[in-house]
Amino acid sequence: MGRTLFEKLWDLHAIDDLGGGTGLLLIDRIMLHERTGSVALESLRDAGRSVMAPRQTFVTMDHIVDTLPGRGDRTIMPTGTQFITATRKAALEAGLTLFDIGDPGQGIVHVISPEQAIVLPGVTLVCPDSHTCTQGALGALAWGIGSTEAEHALATSTLRVRKPKTMRITVNGRLGTGVTAKDLALHLLGRFGAAGAVGHMLEYAGEAVRALDVEGRLTLCNMATELSAFSAIIAPDETVFAYLNGRAFAPKGADWDAAVASWAALHSDADAVFDVDHIVDAADVAPMVTWGNSPQHAVPLGETVPAYDPAGGRDTQATHERALAYMGLTAGQALEDLPIDAAFIGSCTNSRLSDLRRAAAILEGRKVAGHVKAICVPGSTRVKAEAEAEGLDRIFRDAGFEWREAGCSMCFFAGGESFGLRQRVITSTNRNFESRQGPETRSHLASPETVAASAIAGAIADPRKLSPIA
Amino acid sequence: MTSQPFHSLTAHALPLVRDNIDTDAIIPSREMKSVSKKGLADGLFAGWRYTEVGGREPDPAFVMNRPEYRDATILIGGTNFGCGSSREHAAWALAEYGFRAIVAPSFNPIFRGNCVRNGIVPVELPAEAVAALAEAAERLEVVTVDLATQIVSLADGRNWAFAIEREAKEMLFEGLDAIELTFKRADQIAAFRARDRAARPWVYL
Repeated sequence: MGRTLFEKLWDLHAIDDLGGGTGLLLIDRIMLHERTGSVALESLRDAGRSVMAPRQTFVTMDHIVDTLPGRGDRTIMPTGTQFITATRKAALEAGLTLFDIGDPGQGIVHVISPEQAIVLPGVTLVCPDSHTCTQGALGALAWGIGSTEAEHALATSTLRVRKPKTMRITVNGRLGTGVTAKDLALHLLGRFGAAGAVGHMLEYAGEAVRALDVEGRLTLCNMATELSAFSAIIAPDETVFAYLNGRAFAPKGADWDAAVASWAALHSDADAVFDVDHIVDAADVAPMVTWGNSPQHAVPLGETVPAYDPAGGRDTQATHERALAYMGLTAGQALEDLPIDAAFIGSCTNSRLSDLRRAAAILEGRKVAGHVKAICVPGSTRVKAEAEAEGLDRIFRDAGFEWREAGCSMCFFAGGESFGLRQRVITSTNRNFESRQGPETRSHLASPETVAASAIAGAIADPRKLSPIA
Repeated sequence: MTSQPFHSLTAHALPLVRDNIDTDAIIPSREMKSVSKKGLADGLFAGWRYTEVGGREPDPAFVMNRPEYRDATILIGGTNFGCGSSREHAAWALAEYGFRAIVAPSFNPIFRGNCVRNGIVPVELPAEAVAALAEAAERLEVVTVDLATQIVSLADGRNWAFAIEREAKEMLFEGLDAIELTFKRADQIAAFRARDRAARPWVYL
């Protein structure tokens, strides 16, 4: 019987079988950020241990660092500076590659890793960050871990891993005009639920997935953790190889040729069997928006807030009613035209150059509604520079968006900046949890296009219905 | 880091059966104030536990603030418990507060791993069993979690078996440090890396 891509990567990295469904896996790349990496590095040092493979370990500042212009080590978040200085000190002491504040390589860990080819097809990559699944888009086995596991990976270049089951989601056909990878991710969450892939390693396949560019694939894989998957992966192909070729940490010369030759085998065999196999029709996917406090609370833009459905079998009635009350919504209410207070474009889900280009195409020549606070945070310093070289920053600013330095920013509320009490935010991020973006903030997840269109309308809006510029 | 071994625990249980309790709810970002695994218990469930953001005035409506649950060391949760951010601070906060076992219909995988590494037993049981345990917890009946036999039981004799993989069970039962265990295989790991380096030189920077 053939093997799935995941099983091939597992076998390639399996140092030993520890019994009971657990394996000892070789870890090829470790990435750290200042919020969870700092404590892992300090704890490692305090235990008198060192990093086994410092040249394969990378550190960035993204979670706590400010994104305001002119930023430095000082943060709006009280005590945030401590995370930055501790991470810097520990990273330099350990001889790790650090993308510090002011470094052109700085940015959100899941944005800078692909853009510098730190992640490669076939590698194992871990990071104490749940959205590490993003990087499976390049054909890597990349997953999020805790800080204690990060210490283990740093000290031994291995992890003791419970082998997950396998799941494949095949998306047949093509996404419609104006329907994005983000909408597909939200569609899958609405369909399969926030625990829909729990215990499973997810492979995305099918025509609609292969048709996505690398940045779209990163967006799709990003939200696998919202499905509670172990991680997600897409078989690497020419699109990925062309993307990686020539980037900073990509193999060069004969190494590149040997690498590409080996990567060509990285796909699930035709007769491989998955524990769960789902088929989705791309034509069923529409622009999406969330209404509640779980990413599974996702519906097409034109639909109304759903009533509790006992047959749905997912939320309890109490959970459903709690979400409605928190969000200030009632069942049956339209989501389109719902007034918003703020709009946010950024995060490891949707802050790459193509995301900013598509949002800018909507914003060009238009103005953000007067009452809306609108913020764009490029995912990396490099994305920001490339966007500025194209003049995208001017389009965002002219429309009324703030244009920030790179980082995770207001995807979550770390005690510094927030959107304010009970503000309603349309956001290109990945989590609509209670108080995620600020005290009792009401977050609606959507694509960058929908965020841009809504910012202009001052209310949740379908980007396909924007009236022409007068 | 080794944790306190877990064999069997009979204690009051806190019923908090909400679905998709995320790690932002368990410990909000704003409560992770220092580069430390400690000092997090006060931030546990801060958004629900206190009357205002950043405040410390207990909200009497939140179940954890009821005096009869002050000594609860087992938590009864809902589906997909611990979803969201990988922050181990969630497990550190729960452990520091005193929780040693969490019973829920399902767990987020990263959170579940973080529990095991911090001496908290993740007990997965069907929703009906979790509901029965939550009702017992509401009546302030004690719950027993026995790791050796992998059985959760109530004083009235009702009991439910739960599954846990061997590696996690051993780590919890012995309070083992995974890094020390893996260090015993240093030669095996070095030999594997040397072979792998010859086969995939581009991976080694």
